[in-house]
Amino acid sequence: MDFDKIEILDYSDFSTLALQFLNEDARHCASYYAFGQRGGLQFIMAIADDENHDIIILSHFLQSSEKHELPALSEKMLSLHIFEREIHENFGIQFINHPWLKPVRYPHNRADKNSQMDDYPFYSIQSEELHEVGVGPVHAGIIEPGHFRFICNGENVLHLEIQLGWQHRGVEQLFIDKKHNLQRNLLAENIAGDTVFGHAVTFVHAMEALSGKVVAEQTQIERAMALELERIAIHTGDISALCIDAAYHLGANVFGILRTAIINFTQFWCGNRFGKSLIRVGGTHFPFTEELKQELLVVLAKYERQFEEMAGLTFRLPSVQNRFDNVGTISQKQARLIGTVGLSARMSAVKRDIRITHPNQANQQFPFEFIIDERGDVFSRFLLKKKEIRQSIAWIRNVLDNYNFKPNKPEKPDYNLPLKPNHFAIALTEAWRGEICHCAISNEKGELKHYKVKDPSMHNWKALELSLRNVEISDFPINNKSYNLSYCGHDL
Amino acid sequence: MIKEAKIIYHNGKQYIPDLRNVNLRPPFRGKPEISHAKVDEQAVVDICPLGAISKNPLSLDMGKCAFCGECAFAFPEKISFTRDYKTSSNIRENLIIKEGETRPVGWDKIAIRPEVRKAFSKSIKLRQVSAGGDNSCETELNASGNANFDMGRYGIEFVASPRHADGVVVTGPISVNMARALRATYDATPDPKIFVLCGVDAISGGVFADSKAIDRSILKDLKVDLYIPGNPSHPLTIINALLDLTR
Repeated sequence: MDFDKIEILDYSDFSTLALQFLNEDARHCASYYAFGQRGGLQFIMAIADDENHDIIILSHFLQSSEKHELPALSEKMLSLHIFEREIHENFGIQFINHPWLKPVRYPHNRADKNSQMDDYPFYSIQSEELHEVGVGPVHAGIIEPGHFRFICNGENVLHLEIQLGWQHRGVEQLFIDKKHNLQRNLLAENIAGDTVFGHAVTFVHAMEALSGKVVAEQTQIERAMALELERIAIHTGDISALCIDAAYHLGANVFGILRTAIINFTQFWCGNRFGKSLIRVGGTHFPFTEELKQELLVVLAKYERQFEEMAGLTFRLPSVQNRFDNVGTISQKQARLIGTVGLSARMSAVKRDIRITHPNQANQQFPFEFIIDERGDVFSRFLLKKKEIRQSIAWIRNVLDNYNFKPNKPEKPDYNLPLKPNHFAIALTEAWRGEICHCAISNEKGELKHYKVKDPSMHNWKALELSLRNVEISDFPINNKSYNLSYCGHDL
Repeated sequence: MIKEAKIIYHNGKQYIPDLRNVNLRPPFRGKPEISHAKVDEQAVVDICPLGAISKNPLSLDMGKCAFCGECAFAFPEKISFTRDYKTSSNIRENLIIKEGETRPVGWDKIAIRPEVRKAFSKSIKLRQVSAGGDNSCETELNASGNANFDMGRYGIEFVASPRHADGVVVTGPISVNMARALRATYDATPDPKIFVLCGVDAISGGVFADSKAIDRSILKDLKVDLYIPGNPSHPLTIINALLDLTR
């Protein structure tokens, strides 16, 4: 849309409207951020309206001469806490009465250069009975860095606080620094290597929207299929990882093997097991051919047979159930309060799924249905992964059976798409972790002026913190793996 | 019990018997080759999003390459990617493939410190540090130990503590925020030890090379024993690299 058509409200109207919109269960904040322009800071809030299937954009402006102080919306709408923290960290805006105004990721261009990772203001309790446990940033495995600080009463965790930022690479700034769309495309693929399709698809949607380009129906179907393959692969890997933590090694190995089958198909499609190089602006170098279709049908048939056999045993195993049941529960009330998205919302019966509420063309043609659970515990997340794998396989089969893939008409990438001047584009994608949101703005010369990335982990890290309350500290690994949140997607 | 046995039987043999000679199908992109075909060299240089291609003679630096394949799509007669996954070396310059070169990636076996082979030829335990890594190289390092690739058969394993490790494997471009933790992990690893850079981000910074949020100064003081290219590095590349270094 035309950037100048976004109405700039004054802050009190902005707050009233935002709170009014967000008070509805069917609406949530997809992104809220600020960026410097025209001698001040422009704030943009994107609210996803699940009932009307659209996105509401609100904006306000703060002159640099004005006092950098605003009443916090998080006081009344806790789910906005992370966004206000980010704005505070980047631009030094003081949000008055914010309940938790702490650093988010220590970016290189933060407002307060004196704020250092070593001085993170951890919550602490003065007590002789309680002790603190600090873990990280380097963890006991091949995993990304983050620091976890537990306050424990014996084995019981009373409070967990997670300090992130170790992975910060300056992604958003690089989107502007890099001038070629292929470079930006690579960058999008490297935001989170476990969500290559998720971020790359969101990126190409944003850029194509900014230039007014609509790719062919077949390209859109292929992208949607790639997203589902990514979901199947990662969920299978997660189930395998959870089996390791439940000391169920047969499950761990078999699910691990099954994941290999899926990502090896991705490699057969585009040459990379994680799908890097498949999704490109304007088209692709790797169209979905008849040969790929036949191969995928074989892979899925074999996968399904082995998966169902293994899952039939694993999910009924008393030792596994006992380990995951009633651990790390997030109630629906909590989920709404902190604003979780994706599977982490659906496990608490919060119906959030961009494929259904804001469907792209492929999802309109081949729709999804909600899969939810009410329990909100580790088992619930474990179970939903299984159900979503089944759903994704059924969806891909449906596409393969009913969509007429036309051979020999590949739509090649187009890196020189002209961007419309002074435009704003927003793209939402339901990746395996949840909703990804990218916002892109062009200047009057049609160059990219600002780029904003939001990974679903931004919403969901809080859920992991809350899950650990009154849980034994030894249950941390199963909670962590059941969420499988992104460090680099959060730190950017 | 019977059900478990059935599952094991149905899954059959999963490990790859010979990790040295696996036939990966196209479009997998391994070691590139540059022909002598006449093309506009500047155009070839310009097409690379990461500046991995340079002129006189035309060459491609696998340490900077994301293996995206754009150059091969634009100039198929000039650049092609083979299925040779053995792309690693102990010498940084050997990752640069020049026009007309088709032999395997070179190793300087003399440059490998004698204690590396003496101490680690039968077993090596490694500590991995992700310093701004995007979790794809990390996942591939994990996959190297799974039932398919099973590098444990060679006594190669990742361990939890640097105190138990014989070396450090770095993934990611080394973010400012992780530089100190990486150094601490390296220092906590007892000698003799190896230092490995895994993935394009670790070797050259990759797409993040120009970012102000990364700090690669640690590499000035540390001797790198092994460079493993890829975005991410394939498990076969990783395992073969470690084998070539240590035995």
